[in-house]
Amino acid sequence: MTNLATPASPPKSETVHVSLTVNGKPVTVEVDPRTLLVQLLRDHLLLTGTHVGCDTSQCGACVVLMDGDAVKSCTVLAAQADGASVTTIEGLAAGGTLHPMQEAFRENHGLQCGFCTPGMIMTAVDLVAHHGPGLTEQQIREGLDGNLCRCTGYHNIVKSIAAGAQAMAGGSGSGAKVAAE
Amino acid sequence: MTATDASAFSTVTPIGAAVRRKEDHRFLTGKGRYTDDFSRPGQTFAYFLRSPHAHAAIRSIDVSAARAMPGVVDILTGADLAEDKIGDLICGWMIHSKDGSPMKMGSHPALAKGKVRYVGDHVAVVIAESLHQAKDAAAAIAVDYEELPVAAGLATAQEAGAPQLHDIAPRNTAFEWELGDRAATEAAFAKAVRVVSLDLVNNRLAPNAMEPRAAIGEYDAGDEAYTLWTTTQNPHVARLVLSAFVGIAPEHKLRVIAPDVGGGFGSKIFLYAEETVCAWASKRVGRPVKWTAERSESFLSDAHGRDHLTHAELALDAGGRILGFRVHTRANMGAYLSTFASSIPTYLYGTLLSGQYDMPAIYCEVDAVYTNTAPVDAYRGAGRPEATFLVERIMEKAARELGEDPAEFRRKNFITKFPHQTPVILNYDTGDYAASLDKAMQMADIAGFPARKAEAARRGRLRGIGYSAYIEACGLAPSSAVGSLGAGVGLWESAEVRVNPTGNVEVLTGSHSHGQGHETTFAQLVSARLGIPIDQVTIVHGDTDKVQFGMGTYGSRSGAVGMSAIVKALDKVEAKARKIAAYLLEASEGDIEFKDGKFTVAGTDRAVPFAEVALGAYTAHKFPTSEIEPGLKEGAFYDPINFTFPAGCHICEVEVDPETGVTDIVKFTAVDDFGVVINPMIVEGQVHGGIAQGIGQALLEGVTYDSDGQLVTGSYMDYTMPRADDVPRFDVGLTETRCTTNPLGIKGCGEAGAIAAPAAVINAMTDALGTEDVPMPATPATVWRICEAQAAARRAAE
Ligand code: FES
Ligand code: FES
Repeated sequence: MTNLATPASPPKSETVHVSLTVNGKPVTVEVDPRTLLVQLLRDHLLLTGTHVGCDTSQCGACVVLMDGDAVKSCTVLAAQADGASVTTIEGLAAGGTLHPMQEAFRENHGLQCGFCTPGMIMTAVDLVAHHGPGLTEQQIREGLDGNLCRCTGYHNIVKSIAAGAQAMAGGSGSGAKVAAE
Repeated sequence: MTATDASAFSTVTPIGAAVRRKEDHRFLTGKGRYTDDFSRPGQTFAYFLRSPHAHAAIRSIDVSAARAMPGVVDILTGADLAEDKIGDLICGWMIHSKDGSPMKMGSHPALAKGKVRYVGDHVAVVIAESLHQAKDAAAAIAVDYEELPVAAGLATAQEAGAPQLHDIAPRNTAFEWELGDRAATEAAFAKAVRVVSLDLVNNRLAPNAMEPRAAIGEYDAGDEAYTLWTTTQNPHVARLVLSAFVGIAPEHKLRVIAPDVGGGFGSKIFLYAEETVCAWASKRVGRPVKWTAERSESFLSDAHGRDHLTHAELALDAGGRILGFRVHTRANMGAYLSTFASSIPTYLYGTLLSGQYDMPAIYCEVDAVYTNTAPVDAYRGAGRPEATFLVERIMEKAARELGEDPAEFRRKNFITKFPHQTPVILNYDTGDYAASLDKAMQMADIAGFPARKAEAARRGRLRGIGYSAYIEACGLAPSSAVGSLGAGVGLWESAEVRVNPTGNVEVLTGSHSHGQGHETTFAQLVSARLGIPIDQVTIVHGDTDKVQFGMGTYGSRSGAVGMSAIVKALDKVEAKARKIAAYLLEASEGDIEFKDGKFTVAGTDRAVPFAEVALGAYTAHKFPTSEIEPGLKEGAFYDPINFTFPAGCHICEVEVDPETGVTDIVKFTAVDDFGVVINPMIVEGQVHGGIAQGIGQALLEGVTYDSDGQLVTGSYMDYTMPRADDVPRFDVGLTETRCTTNPLGIKGCGEAGAIAAPAAVINAMTDALGTEDVPMPATPATVWRICEAQAAARRAAE
């Protein structure tokens, strides 16, 4: 349905105080209570690696890890993240070294325009945490239910995640049996 | 496909190697820079008040209450545009009707002047300190609409008495175009032993690049110059249109920057109202103006794709050979003619109706129709998917009516001699259609299909197989050819190769990458040619202040045209470097050889590496500068001499569950002939993405308006995008015939999947279901209804 009307505003001049940890650093910000976590990250902390691709919580471009679980940061109020620990795509690489999942996406051409990529990678890291390194092609495809990509046709994303899962477990990362050609 | 792992960037990268992408590091670490990631000091936020009606006259707009709302900086309407003499948005391709009259282009202001023509049309813009404040104020604008009757349906909009969108266009008809030889085609049908006919709907699609469109306009009062950051596939064309037609600023006072762009698929070629308003308003308010689409706005006002109604007939002789083809298509243009809208259902559609087949006569008529819906323009493939769907559906139907094997029926009609002049303008330079058919059939294990079908039947499932032997015209395009067909621009490309004194290289290109990986493939080409490591090469694109001019990226043109321009510039660089090397080596120029990054005196071991020649060019100590200018920088404009003709064969195998209507694509095989491939990894990725979009069109996607012109599919809750679990893995293979008309032999690969896949899927569905009548999208509900009707018919017959 088209979204033409805008809800009336809440009372003005109210702000809320949010303290959280982002990529290992403590931060405290004053925000409008309507502020979403993704807006806090992008607009207040200038962490623009987390993207917004929709307004109905369906594309997953905004996925970050909150206390270790993947969440859609467009669907969490900043105030709800008070006290939480949030990891964004900017916080995934350790020092100059890419996380194995990032490396797997690079190696397997799991990205084209790159817009969905941060959400895909954060979701992938969460999938491995829940299913372990041996997750199947079907588990990967089902696990990407909340993430849209318009560029890749998913083929190489699935391949990347399988390889990244193995690499996270200390495997070579190249021996993925899923979607191998 | 396995290919060399040339992942180390410090190596020279040969053409044909699967070099990992240079741009990936920034995208993988969240350092990509998309338009919405930019913030300008003092920026304001724009929010567009859009029409809730599909067709209405605007009696008045009262902004007084809204103006008084907190944070509001300004509110602008069509009256303000008029006051500043800002021109309409234009359509840049003139099409003439068969009676010779020019197309009827209805006025298309960036903000409505007196009338709105589709839901989502732009009524006013609120500019405020924050987006929340802009939205709040927009809700307080009082617009007095007089609702008008709506022409929402393509099928009825041309009828007498249908509501009229534009006074200039009676019967809502923008043009009635024809192509081909009518008399010859009639004569072919008169001789026909069999005529196969087909009525088709090509469903309307929403492009849905994952990055929503966005823009930031900024005016510098000191320089009296504008900068516009925007999500465009062709920044120079945007600047040209904004300057020459809309009249925002002279070209040299307007800089357009297209930074990282998150997918385009055609939808970001066009100049839209929003970026126009951001640029214009930035001077009015004296501050930067930023706008980013919400997805629901993308659905409402990004140009849609496809949307054809077609009746076609194929004339065959006694041996099943094609004698003639005639086509009548109604193409929905939406409420206004978007930037390239008129070219899509005409020169990018009618010219492809010969497909891979030897057709002696073709006649095609296209009516372009206004409706009270969003504008329709290019979407991945743009005209060519519509042509392929039609040709490949009617070929399949013809084979079935004749009781012939669909592959052999196609083979019998293939063009086998090249060059081949079709009856619809195009001259195919080269191809081998049997080769891609054979390879695809082998990869798809056609021989094993009957057994798989029988096995599925035992489980109560319906298996089907479908072919799509497509062709496309890419490498857009020879400028004189498109000029003679009505294009308002040339379609050449530019490149500039700047060699720095230390020997590294910057290449400025007029192409634009929004996922295609130009920073890698273009650099790969330069690395291979100059024999320098790929990390010594930087590709610069997407900024009109850096790149002088260019035509941008669409129509699978960046390889065939953009890279050809780079080759031309590299030729000049090498020629000059040879002269300089001759002086450095104290040899005659004719004795200098250039190979593996070294200039060598033939037959000796005296050599200088490329980097030393570069330095020599700038120190200019060792050659007479009266003969050779110092420096090493060359530019080129490359204009193609023909289109390129990628072609191939896609085969889809489906299994349908008649109890639920759910379709499972069990195997999808694609074999494509793209000519020479620079980077097979990137090419395969392009094929994958295109196929997924094609499967989306066939099984899932469809934009729907109700009879009041309300958009029913306005979000991801109503418009079904392909998700990872909706598509299979893809089996992709290549065949190669070199393109004969450009220096690299490249044909282009960006659109093949979206062009080929819909026909392959629907041919498989019609095979599985045993009926020719399977509409797109063939959703489970649709398929279930077909299966239920068949079951009811069977019961009645018993
Ligand atoms: S932005 Fe689309 S799900 Fe969050
Ligand atoms: S890479 Fe472009 S949307 Fe996924």
